[in-house]
Amino acid sequence: MDFVKHAINVLAYPYWSFTLVLIAFGFMLWSKGLWSKRGGLILLAAGTLFFLVSLLDPNFYLIVAKADNVPIVMMVFLVGFFVWFAMHKAIENDVRVSRGEPLFEKTEVEDRIFTWPDLVFSEFICMVVLTVVMVVWSIALRAPLEEPANPALAPNPSKAPWYFLGLQEMLVYFDPWLAGVLLPGLIIVGLMAIPYIDTNPKGNGYFSFRERRVEIGLFLFGWLVLWSQMIVIGTFLRGPNWNFFGPYEFWDQNKVEALVNVDLSEYFWIKLLHIGLPGNWFLRELPGILLIAFYFFVLPVLLKRTRWFKKYYDKMGPARYYVGATLFLFMMLLPIKMYCRWLFNLKYFVHVQEYFFNI
Amino acid sequence: MIENLSKSITKSQIWKSIFRVGIPTDNRKRALAMLGNVVLHLHPIKVKKSGIRMSYTWCMGGTAFFLFLVETITGLLLMFYYRPTVEYAFVDIVDLREAAAFGIMRELHRWGAHAMVIAVWLHMFRVFMTGSYKPPREFNWNVGVILLVLTLLLSFTGYLLPWDQLAIWAITVGSNMARATPLLGNEGPGAAFLKLGGQRLIHAGSDARFALIGGRTIGGATLIRFYVLHCVGIPLVAAFLIAVHFWRVRKDGGISGPM
Repeated sequence: MDFVKHAINVLAYPYWSFTLVLIAFGFMLWSKGLWSKRGGLILLAAGTLFFLVSLLDPNFYLIVAKADNVPIVMMVFLVGFFVWFAMHKAIENDVRVSRGEPLFEKTEVEDRIFTWPDLVFSEFICMVVLTVVMVVWSIALRAPLEEPANPALAPNPSKAPWYFLGLQEMLVYFDPWLAGVLLPGLIIVGLMAIPYIDTNPKGNGYFSFRERRVEIGLFLFGWLVLWSQMIVIGTFLRGPNWNFFGPYEFWDQNKVEALVNVDLSEYFWIKLLHIGLPGNWFLRELPGILLIAFYFFVLPVLLKRTRWFKKYYDKMGPARYYVGATLFLFMMLLPIKMYCRWLFNLKYFVHVQEYFFNI
Repeated sequence: MIENLSKSITKSQIWKSIFRVGIPTDNRKRALAMLGNVVLHLHPIKVKKSGIRMSYTWCMGGTAFFLFLVETITGLLLMFYYRPTVEYAFVDIVDLREAAAFGIMRELHRWGAHAMVIAVWLHMFRVFMTGSYKPPREFNWNVGVILLVLTLLLSFTGYLLPWDQLAIWAITVGSNMARATPLLGNEGPGAAFLKLGGQRLIHAGSDARFALIGGRTIGGATLIRFYVLHCVGIPLVAAFLIAVHFWRVRKDGGISGPM
């Protein structure tokens, strides 16, 4: 048992778990069996079993049973269920289409029924059920209240509200101006841009996957792999000093992690050219600036020439393509930076501390 | 006897003045029931059968709206007890727990807030998976995204109000981000370039974080600021946008469905 726990602790470390999640995500988009009723049941059973058995571990219990963390456990199961359910419905429709049968929704869409009683009553039942759930939940679990506010005593770790912990987790890889301001802003802008960038007329008003593979893949990548996973890491697996702790690991206040991260400028001027850092910041950071400029301004143009992206460029037109590509590249900046950190201990691509301009 | 009693009630002038139609028994009355009630009037008289299936909508938008109402009602009740000052905020919350009868209003409010965030995410996910943001519903998707942001801001501003360690340090971590706002934050890229006569325009006493929390540290000014935003400012905007959101659902062709 200890060996299994230790193995899970090690595998939970972001560089392993993120890689495993990426593989699982690829499998998810490819698999059909996962979305069958049997696949869903197996997933649910495995998830529940893992959770229940883990509760026996005191360290796991301590963090999961924290009052404010209960909703996040709930969220994990709810998100899991609804992703399964949506994909289940989508694959069902795909199969119907491939057999030449009408979409499930299509069979009933012409059927107009009276709002009273059908819709009104199902809404009423929903309200009753929700009221019961909320009241039971509120009686069973008290809202957390800690010591009175003390501006002189910072708890360790200090954590933002749970829905922002994905952003706080990003602070590991990016400076606040990116992780706390620019990237969240771009998430909002990106979400708002979706209907204007996505020109695919199919899949409007019904569950489907085959007709919208790329859209759904990108959305799920952002929502599950990045946003939700980062929240789970930030909530359950980040302890004192924002150090990483496996799910069964004790939150040791004194755990020390060596800071060995190196800037790109150091790699370039010292390790590659052996001439030392230039005094002028612009010259010093030029390799990083060029790299970032290449990433955002040249890469979309180059990608446009590849067969796969050309298809989208022709379909979407230049404005949609460039906006979409820029948003996509911003999203990919996070996993790219994560892997650069893990593989090369890279601290910053561009590090202009003089102007707080660090990427 | 009960039958007679209920008949005499439903036939009375008072009853009839309130419920014009009564329990609908035929299609005409079913239509009138929807038209004659200001709340039910949000809905059309007839709906697509495919569109109101629980397996299609998950009732998630409705759940989010219902939780918004729960938050409004419980929040109103909490306002009777709670005073947003550094002296009283924490003890009022303790009082709520120790002294108030039926003391689950704060629990309902807090768990309702968490549940609402989750419900709004899942609603967005459902709308995405059914492609319901596609024309003609692009604008309503945008209204929805803004409502998602407002939900998070509501939750964030409310997080400070108990004035315990959890509250101020979570808001400290959150609001420290504002310090790094490009151009507008004291430690944001580009802010150092904004100078007037050699003086920096953006410093710790004038940047985005200062505007957000009303001071250089989280204190009484932050509390009153977040309280007003939480109880009045953001709910008003959210209520208006919810109205727009519902109205656009109707105007854009009701609950989505295949053409």
